Amino acid sequence: MSRSSSTGDDERPLGTRHYLERFARAAQHRAGPGWLETLRGEAIASFAEIGFPTRRLEEWRYTSTAPIERVAFELPESDRSAPTPEELAEIAPCASQAWRAVFVDGRLCAERSVLPADSGGLRIDSLADALAGGEGEALVAAHLARQAPFKNDAFTALNTAFMEDGALVEIPPGWQEERPLYLLFVSTGNETISHPRTLVIARPGSRATLIQDHVSLDSGTRFSNAVCEVLAEENAALDLVLIQRENAQSYHVSNLQAVQERDSRVALHTITLGGALVRNELGLMLAAPGAEADLRGLFLGGSRRHIDNHTLVDHAVPHCTSRQLYKGILGGHARGVFRGRVIVRPDAQKSDALQSNPNLLLANQAEINTKPQLEIRADDVKCSHGSTIGQLDREALFYLRSRGVEERAARMLLTRGFAAEIAAGLPLESLSGWARQLVDSAVETLTADMEGSET
Amino acid sequence: MLEIKQLHANAGDTPIIRGIDLSIKAGEIHAIMGPNGSGKSTLSNVLAGKPGYEVTSGEILFKGRDLSEMEPEVRAREGIFLAFQYPVEIPGVNNSYFLKASLNAIREHRGEPTLDAMDFLALAKEKMSHVEMPSDLMNRSINEGFSGGEKKRNEVLQMLLLEPALCILDETDSGLDIDALRVVAGGVNLLRSPERSMLIITHYQRLLDYIVPDYVHVLADGRIVRSGGKELALELDQKGYGWIEEQARTEGHE
Ligand SMILES: Nc1ncnc2c1ncn2[C@@H]1O[C@H](COP(=O)(O)OP(=O)(O)OP(=O)(O)O)[C@@H](O)[C@H]1O
Ligand SMILES: [Mg+2]
Repeated sequence: MSRSSSTGDDERPLGTRHYLERFARAAQHRAGPGWLETLRGEAIASFAEIGFPTRRLEEWRYTSTAPIERVAFELPESDRSAPTPEELAEIAPCASQAWRAVFVDGRLCAERSVLPADSGGLRIDSLADALAGGEGEALVAAHLARQAPFKNDAFTALNTAFMEDGALVEIPPGWQEERPLYLLFVSTGNETISHPRTLVIARPGSRATLIQDHVSLDSGTRFSNAVCEVLAEENAALDLVLIQRENAQSYHVSNLQAVQERDSRVALHTITLGGALVRNELGLMLAAPGAEADLRGLFLGGSRRHIDNHTLVDHAVPHCTSRQLYKGILGGHARGVFRGRVIVRPDAQKSDALQSNPNLLLANQAEINTKPQLEIRADDVKCSHGSTIGQLDREALFYLRSRGVEERAARMLLTRGFAAEIAAGLPLESLSGWARQLVDSAVETLTADMEGSET
Repeated sequence: MLEIKQLHANAGDTPIIRGIDLSIKAGEIHAIMGPNGSGKSTLSNVLAGKPGYEVTSGEILFKGRDLSEMEPEVRAREGIFLAFQYPVEIPGVNNSYFLKASLNAIREHRGEPTLDAMDFLALAKEKMSHVEMPSDLMNRSINEGFSGGEKKRNEVLQMLLLEPALCILDETDSGLDIDALRVVAGGVNLLRSPERSMLIITHYQRLLDYIVPDYVHVLADGRIVRSGGKELALELDQKGYGWIEEQARTEGHE
């Protein structure tokens, strides 16, 4: 593993210094308007101040970022190899019907993308292009770093400081087209880092489905540090699908922050199937009455993988609804974390918040830390939460076996059955069918891995 | 077909089956009746190989082979089928997908070609009509939200599809309305054949009007305390179990 050299008498940990150095070194190559350079400067200053989180922080109690700090990740070379059209068709059959933007190591690959023509309708722009000037830049300037502040968040600060590209998505008022929007993020290389940034603005009365899919096509240690900011304006309805299926050596930190205005509906479908260390941070701010948030998640892993999910739903005003269903499946020595926070502000009466986190442990050494956290400061509210940790149902297992299904296959069927609900919640049959296949094959891999390690 | 010799078995750590002898030949239908808690379901679970049910002494031979070391899925492939008293609900696992997996596992074991989705659906549709099962039940999760009667029909449907050599029906008639009972019994009767045996556990003589048994046994306290022809069921219906249990006790003292 390469190591960054230390500079002077800086007392900061090596991992932190590495990024400060890289930031300073890249100063003359960075493109973009002056305001952005100022923002980047503020972000790196924040990072310098707080450094990587330690486990002394309540938010990071169960997750050590040491494995990420230990590697001196570099931004990849500029000659990145994009997936071939054949690979693309195989990775995501659903992409052929979708508007799609393909990013390789965080940079848009225009040849593989199918983007709407710029006609005042749907906008899917490369962030780098948008920042080059014009209407796009104004839009970015107005929205960037608003939903996802970086002051207390080292990873978001890093993303903001190093961000080069990503997607700017604007769904025009009243947009109702069924055709989904698909953003594919492919990571390549070894000990490489990318900082994809996505801005999503759903205008009043619009309705859309946006998929963000993180994949790797080969092996190699990578770190994807993604930030997504979402604004759902009045009466907008958004289905956001986050799929993480990078290779087993990957690190993945993702921060999605959404603000919801009056009567908007945001459904988040987070499906985490890959990576060595994954942290999903999801924040929804219910900022105006009638807003509805639906968080559905599935995380799945074996061997020594670590998957950490933090959700925060903020009922800031009365008459909002939130639903959370997060399912975990862990085998081998895997560790999972679910921390679901719900805040109901003092005058957010008639809030309706529900949270549930059922977990399936397939091995004795697998572990889950689940901690729902309700902070309710209003009195006329309906809130409930529950988490369970269980194993495969023995009666069900026997039922399947008594019909001739082999034990291994029966276990796999039941595990898939436990997971099925989340994929089934995706909009459009083609999407839920596709997600179901991804989950099914991840369950198969997990089952096979566990068999391998038992013998 | 099935030879049970001096069988003693535990459910968990509790001895429940306390010495059963039973011989069922190919083509025969045996009914088992007996009070609640007498060990009827325990016996059927032992036969099907449910983990947690342990044979402590005696033996079970199925088609001449010792069952004790056989995994439940192998027993199923060899032709043992248990229609459960309480079929479990399995959320997220598609009924049709499961039945196809099950049928193909068994066909493969028998050396028959497996069925593709089309052929399976055609076959399933035909069998479903025999038990008058609504077709949407195939596309739902296994037994999830099924009514009591629908669950029982689903059990019989599976039996019709898998065509087992030994059918064990554990109170398949319980919870069925009069029409459903007739339909389900009709489904079971379709399977009657000189090569197939049945063990029918029931509390009600009524079922035995439809599926006429060759022998009736009374199980009490883990033993067969009386065996007879189909008229024994009628007698039990009128007199209850008290007199037999009484007789068994006095005989035991002799
Ligand atoms: N796993 C178990 N552990 C301990 N005891 C058990 C277990 N399973 C069954 N039993 C006990 O064994 C006895 C016989 O139960 P079983 O279910 O076989 O009765 P049954 O004859 O089928 O009754 P019913 O007519 O009510 O269905 C009961 O007392 C029951 O509580
Ligand atoms: Mg019983």
